[in-house]
Amino acid sequence: MTAAPVLQVEDLSVRFRTRGGEIAAVSGVSFAVRPGETLAVVGESGSGKSVTSLALMRLLPPGAAVTVTGRVGLRGKDGRMLDVLTLPEPEMRGVRGDAIAMVFQEPMTSLNPVKPVGEQIAEAIRLHRGLDRRAATEEVVRLLDLVGIPAPRQRLASYPHHLSGGMRQRVMIAMALSCEPAVLIADEPTTALDVTIQAQILDLLRRLQERTGMAVVFITHNLGVVAEIADRVMVMYGGRVVEQADVRPLFARPLMPYTVGLLRSVPRLDLAGRRAGPLPAIPGNVPDPLHMPEGCGFHPRCGDHVAGLCDARLPELESAGEARLVRCVRWRELTP
Amino acid sequence: MSAAAPAAAPTAGLRVLERFRRHRLAMFGAVTIATLTLACFLGPFLLPFDDTYIDIMQRFAAPFGGAHILGTDELGRDMLARILMGGRVSLLVGFVAMAIGMAVGILVGAVAGYYGGLVGTALMRFVDAVLCFPAIFLLLALAALVEPGLTSITLLIAATAWMDVARIVEGQIRSLRERDFAVAAEVLGATDRYIILRELVPNAVAPIVVAATLNVARAILLESYVSFLGYGIQPPVPSWGNMLNNAQIYLTSAPWLAILPGIAITLAVTSFNFLGDGLRDALDPRMDGR
Amino acid sequence: MTERPILEVRDLRKWFPLGSSLFSRHRQQVKAVDGISFSMRRGEILSLVGESGSGKTTVGRTVLRLTAPTSGSITFDGQDITRLSRRQLRPLRRRMQLVFQDPFASLNPRMTVERIVSTPLIIHDEPGGIAARRAKVEAALQLVGLLPHHATRYPHELSGGQRQRVGIARALILRPDFLVADEPVSALDVSIQAQVVNLLLELKDLLGLTILFVAHDLAVVGHISDRIAVMYLGRLVEVAETRVLFARPRHPYTEALLSAAPIPDPTVERQRIILAGDIPSPIDPPPGCAFSTRCRYATEACRAAVPPLREVAPGHLSACIRDDIALQAPRHGALTAPSKETCRCRLRSTGYRVTIACPRPSTSSSSAPASSASAPPTNW
Repeated sequence: MTAAPVLQVEDLSVRFRTRGGEIAAVSGVSFAVRPGETLAVVGESGSGKSVTSLALMRLLPPGAAVTVTGRVGLRGKDGRMLDVLTLPEPEMRGVRGDAIAMVFQEPMTSLNPVKPVGEQIAEAIRLHRGLDRRAATEEVVRLLDLVGIPAPRQRLASYPHHLSGGMRQRVMIAMALSCEPAVLIADEPTTALDVTIQAQILDLLRRLQERTGMAVVFITHNLGVVAEIADRVMVMYGGRVVEQADVRPLFARPLMPYTVGLLRSVPRLDLAGRRAGPLPAIPGNVPDPLHMPEGCGFHPRCGDHVAGLCDARLPELESAGEARLVRCVRWRELTP
Repeated sequence: MSAAAPAAAPTAGLRVLERFRRHRLAMFGAVTIATLTLACFLGPFLLPFDDTYIDIMQRFAAPFGGAHILGTDELGRDMLARILMGGRVSLLVGFVAMAIGMAVGILVGAVAGYYGGLVGTALMRFVDAVLCFPAIFLLLALAALVEPGLTSITLLIAATAWMDVARIVEGQIRSLRERDFAVAAEVLGATDRYIILRELVPNAVAPIVVAATLNVARAILLESYVSFLGYGIQPPVPSWGNMLNNAQIYLTSAPWLAILPGIAITLAVTSFNFLGDGLRDALDPRMDGR
Repeated sequence: MTERPILEVRDLRKWFPLGSSLFSRHRQQVKAVDGISFSMRRGEILSLVGESGSGKTTVGRTVLRLTAPTSGSITFDGQDITRLSRRQLRPLRRRMQLVFQDPFASLNPRMTVERIVSTPLIIHDEPGGIAARRAKVEAALQLVGLLPHHATRYPHELSGGQRQRVGIARALILRPDFLVADEPVSALDVSIQAQVVNLLLELKDLLGLTILFVAHDLAVVGHISDRIAVMYLGRLVEVAETRVLFARPRHPYTEALLSAAPIPDPTVERQRIILAGDIPSPIDPPPGCAFSTRCRYATEACRAAVPPLREVAPGHLSACIRDDIALQAPRHGALTAPSKETCRCRLRSTGYRVTIACPRPSTSSSSAPASSASAPPTNW
């Protein structure tokens, strides 16, 4: 019935050793994404959402300061499941950009400033698909057209700084799509863009996904964007998954107090101009990864926490109905 | 990073000290400079020999062999006393030249960086022009025209030592000026002088301090060169440079005459470099706990 | 009869010359702000909305006279400040302040919070010794919800929300009556944005501030502002009261902007207007209506002349010549009735933490009187 996952993450943990102590950036994250599905990973700074995405691409700096454990299974182009975390680096290089590709928040830092964009995309294509120069150039034109860049042939010789932010993000997406990846990881791809341009890019991603059937892991902090693009949502806080659900049930009936608070703290457009009292804000600060609170990481900011219970030990990520997970010891009492 | 701990935070000064103390080489540099300075300025009062006292009977006494711990030179003058007195001159020239160079450099750099435009361009092109002359030739040319002496040598070295500081400060101020906190001060109605001195220059302190310590080292070296070439501090007043000059002809027969001032120069120069390194880290509050 | 506006801007232009070559005679100009007029009542929050390149930030900075306008006039509380020198502006700086977008960049990293917040007192030679100054700093920190021990911290030791509170404390310590808030929440984490929005609204009431709020996030703007002015390529295209603007936009750009705002409700049927292309260059703006290149309603007449900003309804200004079109109001979701729990919420700043008292329907036997943000949002 439903297709097998193309990306299966089990118990992924990432730890950093810093001078101030060890940081558990990501702890025990598990999820699966199927072809054509979009998983939104929602979180704030320090939630571990970006570290998770880098770990999936194996782009975390290698060395003794970083420890990655768990399993990341990725379906390769030949249908085999690859174990991303143990793959030798030369093979991983072949997988990166081919079976799994990534789009970053700030395209300017991920594009080479001294090379025409056409050449940069063509390079990726020739590397992974073995096309000759002429065929690769034709392919670039096709891709630029696909991502909605007007007059693509003239754009081949443009340098990144000639392009607007939206255009640069399109180039990044074209580059990511060049090898028809099974999984696209988009790390806040619209955060640096204006709303009208954001709407363009989200629309583009949705259309491309329909065409190619790729799976998308969309990392964002914007709940509006989540509602627009996601099929499933994974909410992260302090390096852990705190809630996972399909998008409609999550917005209709959030279970974890953090998700509830996040949803309520966003001003509602339909109440614009009414100023119906202050926004129901979540108090306190985003926790410092070096000093994570005991027990549930959210308890110091949670209005429903119970002393001796929430601060005593870490709640399990438990099942809360079909395809729903929540990490809160009190979710049953708190949800009517 | 830490925001939650409400424990009383130590004062800014204490934290700078704490960070500095973690830096071993810098501590070595600081201790060496302190010792050297103390020894040079107090030591001569405690020694039994005067640095200019000539004892023909004791010429070329080897170190560690008799009453003269570090031996004597070709006129039988005590080497320890001469090294210490020479150190006085070298360190004094180094510090004072650095201070003058810094003051001029910061002023020129800050004005050029803050105001930019025609004034900034003109000032910085002038700096570039002066930088085109190799310092040592400039110094020798000037020294040939002026009566050599402590004051004139110090001023001359300072005159060749402000340009790099001006460049560093200009670059720093130019980029800091655009930062929001400088704008914030402007919204508050601060004067240019306030913004430059109270907001911007403190943020450029790290490179300035590093440049300052390197400049002391450089000034000591320059003084040595010039004195070595005979245009600097004139005998009988000893300086590390003119002691080296003096030692050339006895290099094989009495090598300690060259080795001792050589060690003194090396020790002083490397210590200042280490000190600069340590200060750069210590003065940056962002280095805490990283 | 009517109260004198606290700020009145007439036909303001700010052009920046492009390139700094000494010898080129005909310099190109970036027309960042190209002839805008508006005025602000005392105590109101006017939001300036637009995308990057619209010139909204430049308006904020020029109104504060951080740069000199190319032409036009700025009148602050009856005084023409258009051509005042920096020295002449100094006394006015006590009354007009700025809150920055990036709370980290706007705080001097070498200074402690105490030193940063006391900077205005030092610059304006406030009377009183160190003790008096310290007391004022402490009061200002308390006002923005920080604790006295934060005074000894450096900016990098604080969280983003705390840094922004420090920036607000610095702006308010001299008790100004006019504040420009330049994207004050867009660099903050989502869960912190609401705190700072609440703080600004609370302080506005407490201190009687007038706020020019520069932003691009329509949800925040819709919540905070009394009136909204929409900018496009250096000009105002629409000005209206918040509720009116959201319910019935009269300019096609506003319509597109509102429709592009993502709505946190997956059940809403979206009628999105996807604008083609990018905002044109302010060096060489299109002739006539600057938005005509991306507007789905544009006609030949739109490109003929720059449409003036005119009153289309009482208090509602729009710069579109097409009166014959019916613009779509944004869909916000099926449920438009305000959530009851939300309305009853009251905010009290209790020192450092902001507690939200939110009485729940007494179905559960919860004994906590101030259990905050617990009821699920049934009205999403």
